[in-house]
Order: sequence, then structure tokens, then C-alpha cells
Amino acid sequence: MTQVAFAALFGHWRRNPMQLFTLLAGLALATALWSGVQAINAEARASYDAAAATLGEGQFDRLTRRDGQPIRQETYILLRRSGWLVSPVIEGRLDGVRIVGVDPLTAPGRLAPTAIAGTGDLGRFIAGQIVAAPDVTIDGAVIDPSIAPQTAIGDIGTVQALLDRDGELDALIVARDQPIKQANLTEIAPDLRRRVAQSGSDIGRLTDSFHLNLTAFGLLSFAVGIFIVHGAIGLAFEQRRGTVRTLRALGVPLRVMIALMASELMGLAVVAGAIGVGLGYLIAGALLPDVAATLQGLYGANVSGTLQLRPIWGLTGMGIAVGGTAVAAGGALWKLSRMPLLAGAQPRALAVVAGHGAKIQALVAIGLLVLAGILAVAGGGVVTGFALLGALLLGSALALPLVLSMVLALAGKQAKGAISSWFWADTRQQLPGLSLALMALLLAMAANIGVSTMVSSFRLTFVGFLDQRLTSELYVTADDPAQAAQIVTFASTRVDAVLPILETNIAIADFPTELLGNRDHPSFRDNWTFLAAAGKPWDRIHQGDAILINEQLSRRAGLGVGDTVAVAEVPFEIVGIYGDYGNPTGQAIISRAQFQTLYPDVISTRFGLRLPPENVARFVTEMENLIGLPAANSINQAGIKAFSLGVFDRTFTVTTALNVLTLAVAGFAILMSLLTLTAMRVPQLAPAWAMGLTRRNLGALELLRTLLLASFTAIFALPLGLALAWVLLAVVNVAAFGWRLPMYLFPADYARLGAFAILAASVAALWPALRLARTPPADLLKVFSNER
Amino acid sequence: MNVKLLFFLFWLPVAGFAQGFAGLGGTAEGFAIPTPNPVFQFPQDAGAHPDYKIEWWYITANLKDAQGTDYGLQWTLFRSALSPKDGSGWSTPQLWMGNAAITTPDAHFVTERLGRGGIGQAGVTTAPFAAWIDDWLFTDTQLSATGPDFGFEMILGDLGPTVFHGKGGYSVKSSSGQASYYYSKPFMQISGTLALPQGDVAVSGQAWLDREWSSQPLASDQTGWDWFSLSFDDGAKLMGFQLRGDDTYTSASWIGPDGTTTPMENGDFQARPLDTVEIAGRQVPTTWQVTLPSKSLDVTVRAMNDAAWMATSVPYWEGPVKVSGSHQGRGYLEMTGY
Repeated sequence: MTQVAFAALFGHWRRNPMQLFTLLAGLALATALWSGVQAINAEARASYDAAAATLGEGQFDRLTRRDGQPIRQETYILLRRSGWLVSPVIEGRLDGVRIVGVDPLTAPGRLAPTAIAGTGDLGRFIAGQIVAAPDVTIDGAVIDPSIAPQTAIGDIGTVQALLDRDGELDALIVARDQPIKQANLTEIAPDLRRRVAQSGSDIGRLTDSFHLNLTAFGLLSFAVGIFIVHGAIGLAFEQRRGTVRTLRALGVPLRVMIALMASELMGLAVVAGAIGVGLGYLIAGALLPDVAATLQGLYGANVSGTLQLRPIWGLTGMGIAVGGTAVAAGGALWKLSRMPLLAGAQPRALAVVAGHGAKIQALVAIGLLVLAGILAVAGGGVVTGFALLGALLLGSALALPLVLSMVLALAGKQAKGAISSWFWADTRQQLPGLSLALMALLLAMAANIGVSTMVSSFRLTFVGFLDQRLTSELYVTADDPAQAAQIVTFASTRVDAVLPILETNIAIADFPTELLGNRDHPSFRDNWTFLAAAGKPWDRIHQGDAILINEQLSRRAGLGVGDTVAVAEVPFEIVGIYGDYGNPTGQAIISRAQFQTLYPDVISTRFGLRLPPENVARFVTEMENLIGLPAANSINQAGIKAFSLGVFDRTFTVTTALNVLTLAVAGFAILMSLLTLTAMRVPQLAPAWAMGLTRRNLGALELLRTLLLASFTAIFALPLGLALAWVLLAVVNVAAFGWRLPMYLFPADYARLGAFAILAASVAALWPALRLARTPPADLLKVFSNER
Repeated sequence: MNVKLLFFLFWLPVAGFAQGFAGLGGTAEGFAIPTPNPVFQFPQDAGAHPDYKIEWWYITANLKDAQGTDYGLQWTLFRSALSPKDGSGWSTPQLWMGNAAITTPDAHFVTERLGRGGIGQAGVTTAPFAAWIDDWLFTDTQLSATGPDFGFEMILGDLGPTVFHGKGGYSVKSSSGQASYYYSKPFMQISGTLALPQGDVAVSGQAWLDREWSSQPLASDQTGWDWFSLSFDDGAKLMGFQLRGDDTYTSASWIGPDGTTTPMENGDFQARPLDTVEIAGRQVPTTWQVTLPSKSLDVTVRAMNDAAWMATSVPYWEGPVKVSGSHQGRGYLEMTGY
């Protein structure tokens, strides 16, 4: 009997393959979006972690020479033999590839094992094996995807030989655990300076910010996914009430019925979940290279662009599909269990039961929005930012049906004529059934507006910043002072201006800071804009008693214009604060003259060169041929800008793809809900039809109704999306990056998004409306004959 | 810090210590192999033998403070060659590992160092004698080591006689003939200061140096060993070990108070676990019955502190013991491959 009952239940899908498809597709799509975003996040994080560990950047204190010169290997041995657990590092460039030498035996953290993992053999590593990122071509190198792009790692001895720098080291990494007794550093190695690991502001936190955006997307797609699963399951139940009643009337026990339907749904959930995880993998695979490039370009964090199957996101994807189905089915099965044996096969209008729930929903929504307001005022860290995002989104989503209901009631009051009044009233009555789908649409749209605004604002700010900061057309770096002198001699007759860059690392107000000595040149006066400044900052700087600091230092140290800071025990007044996007550390600028007085030992090895942009390429070639300075030592400003814009374009690719996907899922949710409603709507539409409205009219009104609801939702989504963007830019970004991005508005983008959302809703509504317009008159008539 | 991972990657392919200690049974292609009837040359043989794959300078000491509290001390320098071919500077295949420990009745402190040969970070010189890794040092007069939570600075007095194990220092490890060169200085006088979390403690006692080098000291079926160095109250000493494999292989040296050494045949020396404790998730026998019928020896050897687990890259148990039964005394026990 069980088999027969199951066959009868399942026969529904055979008769309605389209419904089976929408159920499976809806579930699969939601799962795909969720697991795709999860996959990107998991992969980016995993490779980023490996890469960060590879280079040990920011995690450990480092010893370097005060004068910037290489550390002698003898110093390393002296330190080890004096009880200092330090590990040597050498770095250089070989044909444009960053090559890092480490000692696997003394290296702290996962630094060396990451490299060894590539060779699988310490003996081969020490004997000269190079381990390189997949995008590096070095003869005989072992490829290891966990190594940062354009980076190769070798044993310290191997890299010294390759760079022709025997006996030289660039830095010593200081292990966290040191012995109880060790010699005083200033006594055994007075020329070394200890640079403290940047706790809290390391690159990990920076990339986290990008992941936060992706996580936000992931959360939203999760929410949208739950809505759609709910809709799909509701549909599957509503449409089979008749079958269920008949089967039960024929004697199938309620428990068997419930077990059958539950197992059927779980089977479908597993199938859809598997398809969804597969799709998610494809989405992630397509987007990951762009994400990797974005992270690398923005923050210098290295992410491998290849995707590995990680069980965790596959499992969470399946979890979403099965768990979501279980939650949705639980409610439906509970209703089924309480349904009287011979209850009407027609679904009841949902509006009747909506009244009580609406009050609770309103209270929760208001509570969440108030909480969001409090969090926005309180401010704080990244966690607060995300709590704020969550409260804002959920509160708004819950408030949506109430707001729409009020709008519709207001419209209804203005209505003239019977059809118009009926239309508004009927729309209001339909609202509860559609509200889940509309909430999904709201969230999808708001997320799209928010993230687009953030990315576009970032782009505008960053490009402007590049124009300001990279004022010279070409930047060259000399390997040593002799080469620096050569460059100056060579360039001074060929370019408009040589702007030496004097830099050294110091501490200002106990924060590690990069100090620059600036030459007086119209380049700076013409191009620089300040976030805050007093009078004419450049004049003050070149008087020698003033300093400029970047926003990061200003925020971290709580310094403002007018405050005084000490550099090498000389007081300087802060006369300006400038934006310094993408830089994790503090930075300060004083005049070149002052710099040379305070740090006479520091010699410029970097230069900005002003020359007509069209001459840059020829100049670089000449410099390479005539004084042998490799092209890798020069940075073309136009190149940097093109690269940065490329990075943003890739970010947009990712963002746009996710935009389209979330909206598509939301569209699907609307389709599901409308299909569910169509069957129930016949008894409500029959009287309207009987009073003279044609089926065609009814269909058109159905379409119009969906368009109206989607439009209202879109309008409501705009302020929500902008609030979301504000939270991302002004709260999350400040907490994660240390700077606040100015927010720009992009009305054309929003209009396009809105149009796209309405289009998605219309496409979703088209089929149900067509079905309605083609309802056989006999069905409509039956409503009256069946009237109890 | 995940040195363990490093070490698994490190030792596995070179058949060093880790694959459990069974890895010592690997092949020795290209390395020199110990041969019978060795003639030792000093001071050269106090130094390193880079032609051989592994080598150690192993010091254990039983110490007492002024109140009579017992302490154990360990200082070890291991040398491991990744390949027989030589090199200079960073490219030398010689790698060094230092292990140091202090065992008190209720605590065990352990630390380790890793280093490269060829650059001066670690090594051994013979004239004057010095073995070192980083700031750890062993000379004819000094012994020192530091860790994150302890350290010691010891002075070595009279070093006493040198004794050679097996047949004149050729110590056979299995019935199929694997062997090492092995000599000891079991009578070294030692005193100095232990730096412990509760403060410095002045101690003195006797130390035992083991020098051993080989390229293939274990047979392929041997998975670990139990090694005893016991000093009896009457002045005699016993070095005995058993290698666990398909058959247990034992070897021992009876050392008279004047240093005269009697080598024992396989099977003469017997060690039987009496009780095991769980340490670091393993069952480790810390109480033993040790017998040597030809010397009427039947003693119980009991760990002074069961927790003397060496949680180093290649973990093992090493700690001071107390001897009771037919003979009374103190000593050290090392157990590998558990």
C-alpha cells in the first residue's frame, strides 16, 4: 500500500514536470549561490593564510639594519650563539619574480614547511630546489599553489647564490618564544633595529575586509535561499492537498502519509543540493581568479587562483538544501497532520491567518531597526559593524510587508471605481503569500545597491588617490648607493625632474611609521589634496617645523591637525592629514632638508622621475641598456594605474556576477510564490470574472500587480541599500582598514538595478499570468457549483 | 610553531629519527659503515664524523641539591647528514638538533634547537673540544643550555675514564650485524646551577657522556629501544639496552668502579616492563625489572618522574630513575619507539 501511495504522490510530479523543475531548480540555485560564495571565501582564505604564513609578514618581529644595508651572516650566527632565536631571510628579484630565501630549520611558524611541502623533501630543498607559485616559470622549480603569485621560495643558501649575495641577509625573523637568558641586542648588534609585528593592523585584517564583503553576500544569499526553499516547499504541499485528501480517504494512515512526503522531499533536497553544490563549484571556479587578482592587487595579499574541492563548503551547501527543506517541510507537515480528513481540497486564503503574526512581526522589525540605530551610533569594531548590518537587513525585510500593506491601503483609499478598488484590496489580500518572495527581492536588491556603491566609491577614491600620490611618471629603485648616483647622473640630463625619495622607518607616538623626506616641487603642491589641513601645508613643511601624517596614523594615534609629534626628539606640528588608501602602516612627511638633518645616514635609492608620458618606455629601455638597471626596478605610473583599474574591473566582474545571481534567485522566489498562489486564486477571481472582467484582463492585472509590488520593493530597497553601503564604508571599513571611504552615489547604476529587478519580477510573473489568462472558463464556473 | 610537521617532512625521506625510531633501520647508501676492531684516535674521535649518517653527544646526569632533592639533567647534540656528499656553507648536508631537559620530582622541562652545519650555528671542534648549537655549549669544563622556561649552567670536574662498549667500541645492535661505534665517559663530576621557574638551584652529582655514531644502527624490523645507564651505590655501573623487533636483541657493559668494562652477550641482560603509564597518549613502561645473572643483578628500575616525556620533534621518553633490589642506585632510562 505504501508503494501505491508513494506512486500516487510522486505521480504529481510526472503530471507536472515543470513544477518538479522549478522546485529542483529553485533549491539548486539557492544552494549554488550559497556554496559558490562559501567556496570563494574558503579558498581565498586558505590560500591567503598559506601565503601569509609563507612569508611570515606581520606575524613576527623582524630585525633589520638601521641603515637599510644587508645584515652580515656573521651577525646572524652571533645572535644565535648569544641566545637569540632568530631566522634569516633574504629577498630579491630575479627576472621580475620575487624570490625569498628562508632557513627551514630555524624559521618560525609555517614559513618553511610551506616551502618544503612543495618539494616534499628537506634534503632537496637545502640542495637547491626552488619552490614557486604556479605563475612563475623558473627552470626546475617545483610548483606549489600555496605560494604567493609571482613568488618563489628557496633555501637561504640557494637564494644567496642566485642573487649573488653570499654572506648577506635582509632580515632576521624573531621567534615568539625566546630563551630565559639572552644577550642584550643593543650590545651584540647595535646596528640592528627591531621592527615589532603589527598586531591588529596586519594584512590579515585588511584582506578580512574584502572577505567581509563576500561574507555579507554569502549571508544574503543564504537568506534569499531560505526564502526560496520555503516557497518551493509550500508550493509542493499546497498543490497536492487534493491528492493527500483522496489518499487519506482511501485509508492511507496519516503517519505513513507524513513519512512518505518527508522522505520524498528529503530525496529531492539531496538531489537539488548536489546539483547546487556542483553549480556553486562552477560559479566559484569562474570567479575565483578575479577574486584572487582583486585581493592581490588591492592588498598585496597573495591568493592562488585555482580552486580546490574543500569538503566544508560542499557540506554547508548540502546542509542549506536539506536543512532549509526540513524547516520548510516541518511547518507544512505539521499543517498536514492537523488537517481534518475531509478538509476542502482548495487551499484557504492565507490572508485570514496573517493578522496575528503581523503584529509580532512588526514588533520584531521595529526592535531590530532600533537596535541597528543604537549600533550605528555606538560604532565600534568589525563585529559591531556586522551586527549592525544583520539587524538593519533583517529588520527591514520583516518591516517590508507592513510598509507595503500601508502603501497599498493608502493607494486603495485613493482608488476610484470598482475595478481599481478591487485591485488594491485584492493586492493587499495577496501580500502575505508573496511577502517571503518580496523580502528576498528586497534583500537581493539592497545587497546589490550596497556592494556596488561600496566598490564604485572605492574605485573613484582610489583612482583619485593614485593621481595624487603617483605624481611622477616613472619610479626607479636602485640596488645600492653607487647605482643611485649613476641613476641621478643618467637621468638628470634626460628628464624634466629627478625627485629623490628619502624614507626611513621610525615610530611616531609609538606607532610604526614610514617617514618620507619631501623635496619642494610643484608636483606636490599641484596634486595633493588633504582630508584636513591648516593653511598652506606645503609652505609650512618647507619651513621645517611641520609634518604631514596619513589617515591611518591619525586614526590610530588619535592625532589631528595642530597636534605636535616628536621625530628624532624634534617637535613637529601636524599641518595636514592625507588619505593613504591601501597602506597598512602609518606614514609621515617632512621636508627633505629636515630629513637630512635628522637622518644624515639615509641615502635615497628610490627616485620619482618627471618626463612626458610618451617618453617613459624609451627611457626605461635606455636605462636598461646604458646603465644596466633592470626594467623590474622601475615602476611606470601609467602601468600602476592601468593595473589598479584592471583590479577594479575584476572586482566589478565578481560583483556583477553575484548581482545577477542574487536577483535571479529572488526572481525565482517570486515565480514560486505566484505559482503557489495561482491555484488558490481561482475562487477569488471567479466572482470578478463572473462580473465581467475578461480572463485576459485578469491576467494583465495579475502582471501589473506583481510589477507594482516589485517596484514598491525596489523603491524601499534603495534607502536600505544606501544604508548598507554606509555601514560598509563608514563602519566596517574604518574598523577593518583604518580609513573611511567617502561615499559616492551612482543613480544610473541604481536605476539599472531597479529596472533589472522589476524585469526579473515581470519574467517571473509572466507565466502565472498567462496561465491565469488561459484558465478554462469551466474551472471558473466550477467555483460556483462547488460553493458550500 | 609547527616544528613537528617540519620534522616529519624533514626526517621521513632521509630515514633519520622519525618514522618512529624504526626509521633508523633505513639504508646507508654512500655513507661509511662501522667495521669491527676499531682503533679510536683522540681527540679526533671526540669530534664529528660527517661520513657517518648520524651521531650524538649525549649527556645525562643525576643531581642533588643541598636539601637532598633529586634532579635529572639531559643535554644532547644530534648530528644528522642528509646525504653523504659534502658541501660548504649553507649547502652542507649536516643538520644539527639539540635537546635539553631538567627533570624534578614533580616537573619536567624540555626544549630543543635545530640548526644548520657549515655556517657556525652548530658543530663540534676537537682542539679545544667544544660541541655547540646556538648558545648551548659542551666543553671539557662546561655544559649549558637555555629554553623558554628553564636553563642550566654546569661545570664539569674530573671527567674520569673512557669506557668502550661492545667489542672495543664496536657495538652490535642486531643479530644480522648492524652496529655503531659507541664509547662513554660514565664518571664525569658535575656541579652548577639549574634555572627553574621557582628560582636558581645549586646542584651537584655525576654525569654520563655517551658518544655514538653510525649510518645504520638498527635492523629494519627493530622499532625502538630501551636503554639503561645505572650507577650503583657500590661504585659499579651498568649500561644495558634492548632493541625491540621480531626478536629482542640485548647488549650490556658491566663497568667496575675503576672503569674496567666487561661486555655481555646478546640475552645476558634482561629487561622486563613491570608497569606502564599513559603519557602523551602512549603507553610507556616506566617501571622495569632488570636482571644480569652473571653479576647476580636483579633490580627494579623506577622512573623518578613518569612525566619525563621529551615532546620534541622526534618524541621519546628520557628521565632519571631509582634502582632497588639486589643493588641500590640511580641512573637514566631512555625509551624510544612508543
